[in-house]
Amino acid sequence: MINMTNPVGPTPLDKPGLVGQPLDRIDGPLKVSGRATYAAEYHDEHPLYGFVVQAAISKGRLDEIDTTAAEKAPGVRLVLTYKNALKQGPRGTSGNPQLEGPSIDHHGQPIALVVADTFEQARAAAYLVKPRYAAEKGEYDMGSSLAKSFVPKSNNGVPADTASGDLTAAFTNAPVKVDVTYTTPPQTHAMMEPHATIAVWNGDSLTLYTANQMLMRGTDMVAGTLQIPKDKVRMVSSYIGGGFGGKLQVEADAILAAMAAKVLQKPVKVVLTRQQIFEITKHRTDTIQRVKLAAGRDGTLTAIGHESWSNNTPGDTFYESAAQATRSFYAAPNRMTAHRLVTLDLPHSSSMRAPGEAVGLLALECAMDELAAALNMDPIELRIKNEPQEDPEKGRPFSTRSFVPCLRKGAELFGWSKRNATPGQVKDGAWLVGMGMSGAIRGNPMLTAKASVTLDKNGIATVRSSMTDIGTGSYTILAQIAADMLSLPMARVRVALGDTAFPAAPGSGGSFGANSAGSAVYDACNVLRGKLLQAANLPPDSTFNNGNVTGLGRTVSLTDLVGPNGLEADGAADPGDSRKAFNQQSYGAHFAEVGVDRDTGEIRLRRMLGVFTAGRILNAKTARSQAIGGMTFGVGAALTEDLVIDKRFGGFVNHDLAEYHVAVHADIPAIDAVFLPELDDHSSAMKSKGIGELGICGAGAAVANAVYNATGVRIRDYPLTLDKVLNGWAAANKTGDAVSQRKAG
Amino acid sequence: MKAFTYERPTTLADAAKAIMAKPNAKFIAGGTNLLDLMKLEVETPTHLVDVNRLPLDKVEDTSDGGLKIGALVRNSDLAADPRVRKNYGVLSRALLAGASGQLRNKATTAGNLLQRTRCYYFYDTTKPCNKREPGSGCSAIGGFNRILAIMGTSDECIATHPSDMAVAMRVLDATLETVSPDGSDRKIPIADLHRLPGKTPNIETNLKPGEMITAVTLPPPPKGVQIYRKVRDRASYAFALVSVAAVVDAEGGMIKQARMAFGGLAHKPWRVEKAEQVLAGAKANAEAFAQAGEDVLAGGQGYGHNDFKFPLVRRTLASVLTTAAHSA
Repeated sequence: MINMTNPVGPTPLDKPGLVGQPLDRIDGPLKVSGRATYAAEYHDEHPLYGFVVQAAISKGRLDEIDTTAAEKAPGVRLVLTYKNALKQGPRGTSGNPQLEGPSIDHHGQPIALVVADTFEQARAAAYLVKPRYAAEKGEYDMGSSLAKSFVPKSNNGVPADTASGDLTAAFTNAPVKVDVTYTTPPQTHAMMEPHATIAVWNGDSLTLYTANQMLMRGTDMVAGTLQIPKDKVRMVSSYIGGGFGGKLQVEADAILAAMAAKVLQKPVKVVLTRQQIFEITKHRTDTIQRVKLAAGRDGTLTAIGHESWSNNTPGDTFYESAAQATRSFYAAPNRMTAHRLVTLDLPHSSSMRAPGEAVGLLALECAMDELAAALNMDPIELRIKNEPQEDPEKGRPFSTRSFVPCLRKGAELFGWSKRNATPGQVKDGAWLVGMGMSGAIRGNPMLTAKASVTLDKNGIATVRSSMTDIGTGSYTILAQIAADMLSLPMARVRVALGDTAFPAAPGSGGSFGANSAGSAVYDACNVLRGKLLQAANLPPDSTFNNGNVTGLGRTVSLTDLVGPNGLEADGAADPGDSRKAFNQQSYGAHFAEVGVDRDTGEIRLRRMLGVFTAGRILNAKTARSQAIGGMTFGVGAALTEDLVIDKRFGGFVNHDLAEYHVAVHADIPAIDAVFLPELDDHSSAMKSKGIGELGICGAGAAVANAVYNATGVRIRDYPLTLDKVLNGWAAANKTGDAVSQRKAG
Repeated sequence: MKAFTYERPTTLADAAKAIMAKPNAKFIAGGTNLLDLMKLEVETPTHLVDVNRLPLDKVEDTSDGGLKIGALVRNSDLAADPRVRKNYGVLSRALLAGASGQLRNKATTAGNLLQRTRCYYFYDTTKPCNKREPGSGCSAIGGFNRILAIMGTSDECIATHPSDMAVAMRVLDATLETVSPDGSDRKIPIADLHRLPGKTPNIETNLKPGEMITAVTLPPPPKGVQIYRKVRDRASYAFALVSVAAVVDAEGGMIKQARMAFGGLAHKPWRVEKAEQVLAGAKANAEAFAQAGEDVLAGGQGYGHNDFKFPLVRRTLASVLTTAAHSA
């Protein structure tokens, strides 16, 4: 058992090896040749096909739901509605019941599942289900509902509100200050693979081939929903085509497929369409954020305040912890953060990549830019000026904090010194050119995890864990760790993930995957090393090298030690008190250069750089991909992504990828990420930190700050679209000054 | 998607027979729009007549020095045709500004002209839409209408025609060739193909039942600089907020002739003759360009979220005309 309460000390990974190298993904050839089996592709199960029918109203109830025509349609085996759905457990952390009753809580809520022999038959029959609604008036606009906001329950033990010192007095007395309100729109994960499940019952045991990031939590939720023992649920997610938080929970596809398969006693497949994903699964809530910053004339912060409002469906307590990063980022004696939740009759909101930081830093890091402008100070110097020596709220030490080196190195690599601090001055043909920067910070969690490793008589090591790989590179980094620990080449290491039949690991989410599962694999390998030494009758200071172990003047091949049945070892990892004793974060700095068309106001990214520290980097290639993927996400958040609420009807207006605009290749011309060397022996057995979400944190703010530098227009309502630039110019022409502008209507 | 029957004729005569043989039959070519609409049951044809095997996939020179483009010429092929690239740059650029590479490989010339609006509410069968369900109402008016029309709208519909290609063809004064099920053929100026929404936004073109576009002919290449400027929310794979197709013949700071068509503004490619008349013989300066913008936008109406299209048209047009006048 690895317990991170104590620093990990010297390890076999400290000497140069495979860990850290930019190795190709070991699952890459399977994926590009179509041999990696995704949830919807277990064709040997010969499933029936289910298609979801959705509510066309946003609040109210079903007066009637007529399934007669659908039931008579060709190939139809079952139409499941609340009238014949199985009895399920309550909604909550271990329950996501479907078709509970006639009540409609949001637009697009599943109201029926039609199961037929083919997908086409199921879809055609789904349109024949005829609901009759009793609609009620709903609340769909957060801005006009703030008076009804309330203090939400704490998120994972993190309080909704914090305060120290006297923010009001400090703000009132400060010579330089900003008090600004930013808004961010709802967003959707837009992962490539849709939510998909094939449910197979064998007696009272259920197997779900499904796309899910956190399988152990998933079995809790399936068991709690279907009211069956947890050990009767097996979930398999060998390959996942992206998640970004959208597959952290068990969604309607899995529960509906399981219920229908139970009723029909046949495997049932349910794949959500892209349009269905937008409203049936979770999205990122919109936020309203007010940031107050006060400073002395030398740039020393005296007060930091950050309030955030977000919204969710009635009874759903998740809130966007947008101000959480503000608690750790900059020093100031007087501080306040607050989160408020508003209940709206909209689809459920929940975690999306870097919940909290991703949108919180869009506000905080632009407010810092505004303060720098007000101080006539370089925004990098402002940040360095307010670098804390310890966690500014709790006084705990940082495990490691390399924010300033990221700022300095990034400035050097990007050519920040060439930036003209006066907005609207740099031109390139029809383009106004601007540069912007932002800080990045992201929590570095770890959860308990288990893994096993076997070494067989042929010298092949196999790692097993219910960890998932959502495209991040989990397979590859775990193989690298095991290879180095056992002194084997990559070709002799296999990794099996994504199955709850394997030792329990939390999965992929919150940037805890590598810390948690990686440490468990490290521990399993360490235990196996002990068994090998015992078998060889060699002391602990013997060395493992090239598939052999050497000690006491003897060299023994590992394959000679494992016996005909191989050797197996179990490993486990526990964060212990490491997160209580130390403030643990990963850090970075983003730099962006944009062009803004002086005629049309179109904003186009020209180049972007992120410089990060996240402990030991386990694979330089997959780490860079994670970072630039997150940065690309940030560019989308800054410039294009906007899941539009119809404030008359509820629900979302744009629900396909033609009209929900994620950044496309042409939007990302030149992007790079650099990791500075760092080791954090309070973080994980590998001395690494999580990197899955760091790239998005602050990325959009750097783009927004570059737009201000290019144009002189400060837009505080994301995304920064050309109409807002034009409005800003129009307003500036009236006042003769650079101005900020607010969204109309 | 409703079940449908399907056939794939190889001659025009068979295709004409097929389209009239069953009620609610539809032609399908690339299918890049129709199939999506069928999955959502916005379109529910009972029979599909696949025209991809008809011999309509050539680009040919015409005797008057123009070009005849077969109805089935793929958007990618048309954009890459050396004659189009050399003589009709505005068309090549418009095509390449549209959709994505994969879609352009499938999409055809006639299908592009006949694609349907991208109004969000047209695709959302849980909302009223007069185009989808006549008489049900227009959800876009009073709703989120940022991408929708400001010109030629009606109280029933503010949808836009989403094509880039059609805007370029409009500025080039293209003509459509059609055949009808009775064997008759006719020529339709592109200006007369699409209708404004009026009281019947569900009727989008002046084609008669079963009438098939077989070709688009372009007149000889026009004199002057050709520009296609598409303004959009991201650099690729986004419909135009505003687009300008322009052919400008200018010399020594004077405009001899300027032709301009606009996308993203209306239910059809938008072209205003008065604006062109004002520019003919005018000095190429900001004042003239501004006046042209006013003439283009005369009679327009904003619906809130799309009000920005007025200044955007003025600014984009001025930019395009300035560029054209300077490169002449």
